[in-house]
Amino acid sequence: MFAAATVALGFLLFPIVAIFARVSPADLVAQLSRPVVTDALLVSLKTSAIAQAFVLLLGTPTAYLLATRRFRGRSLAVVLVELPLVLPPAVAGIGLIAAFGRFGLLGDTLNAFGIQLGLTQAAVVIAVAYVSSPLYIRQAIATFESVDSNLVAASRTLGAGPARTFFRVVLPLSRRGLAAGEALAFARGLGEFGATIMFAGSLQGVTQTLPLAIYQEFNTNFTTALAMSALLVVVSGALLVALRLALQWQPSKPTSRFLFAPSR
Amino acid sequence: MATLEADFTLPLRAFALELELELSRTVALVGPSGAGKTSALRVVAGLAKPRRGRVALDGEAWLDTAFRLSLPPDRRRVGLVFQDYALFPHLSVRANVAFGARGRDVDGLLERFRIGHLATAHPLELSGGERQRVALARALARDPGVLLLDEPLAALDAHTKTEVRHELSELLRELALPTLLVTHDYEDAAALADHVGVLVEGKLRQLGTPAELVARPRDAFVASFTGANLLRGRARRERALTAIRLESGDDLYSADEAEGEVGVVVYPWEVSVARTHEPDADSALNVIRGQVGSIVEVANRVRVRVGPLTAEVTAASAARLELANGGVAYATFKATGTRLVPL
Repeated sequence: MFAAATVALGFLLFPIVAIFARVSPADLVAQLSRPVVTDALLVSLKTSAIAQAFVLLLGTPTAYLLATRRFRGRSLAVVLVELPLVLPPAVAGIGLIAAFGRFGLLGDTLNAFGIQLGLTQAAVVIAVAYVSSPLYIRQAIATFESVDSNLVAASRTLGAGPARTFFRVVLPLSRRGLAAGEALAFARGLGEFGATIMFAGSLQGVTQTLPLAIYQEFNTNFTTALAMSALLVVVSGALLVALRLALQWQPSKPTSRFLFAPSR
Repeated sequence: MATLEADFTLPLRAFALELELELSRTVALVGPSGAGKTSALRVVAGLAKPRRGRVALDGEAWLDTAFRLSLPPDRRRVGLVFQDYALFPHLSVRANVAFGARGRDVDGLLERFRIGHLATAHPLELSGGERQRVALARALARDPGVLLLDEPLAALDAHTKTEVRHELSELLRELALPTLLVTHDYEDAAALADHVGVLVEGKLRQLGTPAELVARPRDAFVASFTGANLLRGRARRERALTAIRLESGDDLYSADEAEGEVGVVVYPWEVSVARTHEPDADSALNVIRGQVGSIVEVANRVRVRVGPLTAEVTAASAARLELANGGVAYATFKATGTRLVPL
């Protein structure tokens, strides 16, 4: 059993160690100032920020609706929300092209408004939002469902309408669960590769995100690819730690005990 | 004095809750768990929507299915105190009370409920009694026209309960609001409410003052729920009295008239307990000889189980009788101290 665990953990960790082992840290840092890296970093940060803003703004009400209302087709909607999670990225890419591409279903409509999505940053944002939003919505549904319905009822009988109840009771009590979901979605969006390269292409400074830049550089300039990989490892690791803290951190007053389902 | 009318039918899982009430003071609904008590409060508060009905305060309708009217909870002037109090765990005591206050004097309320010193504390740091005071203060801060209390004493330990019950009773008298409270404990209901309704499977079996319920329980359930002894037997008329042959073979006599299968209702305070029995020296017609079971002290009285009966005697007489578990005693009660009810 211990042998199996050692092999498995070693297997999972070894490639990550290898990224840092091949080249000295100083060389890695030096690589980060190359234009291909800084351009990709900017594109990644900008598209992620915009995509995640959409995920939060549209995903939060969607999740609240699915968590609190019982209507026909609700369970179907919940399954549909999760579908992009299990979809192969190449399929997501083809789907986005078939829907929003120049010759896609909405292509003519978008054209009529003078909108061309292919090979633009907007396309990156769409791809990132498409693959990462299900992670957030799924976690948000679970979080909203675990809010004690009596607290919502109490707020309503105290004269607060649905909106005030949401902002003063539901949202504060869901903060940590939502943060955890958003951390997962952000990490997934940052690493997005397949759908982006198919739908948005890989133009440096426009649509080339860090994962796409790594793919382009690893043939010609392996050290640069390593440096960007190291950067993503650090960012992902930091997100993971933040996620753990968000889920486990107990405030000095253990209010969460009664509000969240036991962590799975 | 304000009046709340509530008349509705709410389908629940196994039965429909049907209620027709009009109240200006405190009415308690008592019944076993699952009788639909909490649902009744939820309908008045607007948290549950009945299929048919009308709820109105002083003629102002909150719900009227005939006119497709149903105000949301935030537009009904109710103060609902939840069974587990449902205090907001992320807010301080003061913020909880201020939640629905809209500029009313929050600090005054905190002082009035003796929770001023807890203003910055969080609900989970409080004791049960303190939580209840916060919940009451929060509900009253909204300036309700109707007060709804769900099992207000159930979450408290026995020691706190007596004290809180007294305080709550004073508060309700002072507020003089139409108040609907639900509890599974008849004694709490009788102590807090002017009228008590016994609710069983969604139907109101009997509604009356606590004294009326005890004097004239409509059926066996109401009788046993109000704390009476209930013995089953077969009644036949015998001269001016009714004789009841119990399953044990004993005969009892009652001044009530009945025939056939009946329940004999006798309240614990109608039953005397003695170590010996001399038939000629006792005006009580009914005697049951039995083993002494549990002996429980309740305040300054003692509840003694003798055979199938519970008797309530003063602590002094209990001491004088030197009752001991397993010993033999005689429980006696007058024919006029019994009521016969249909089973």
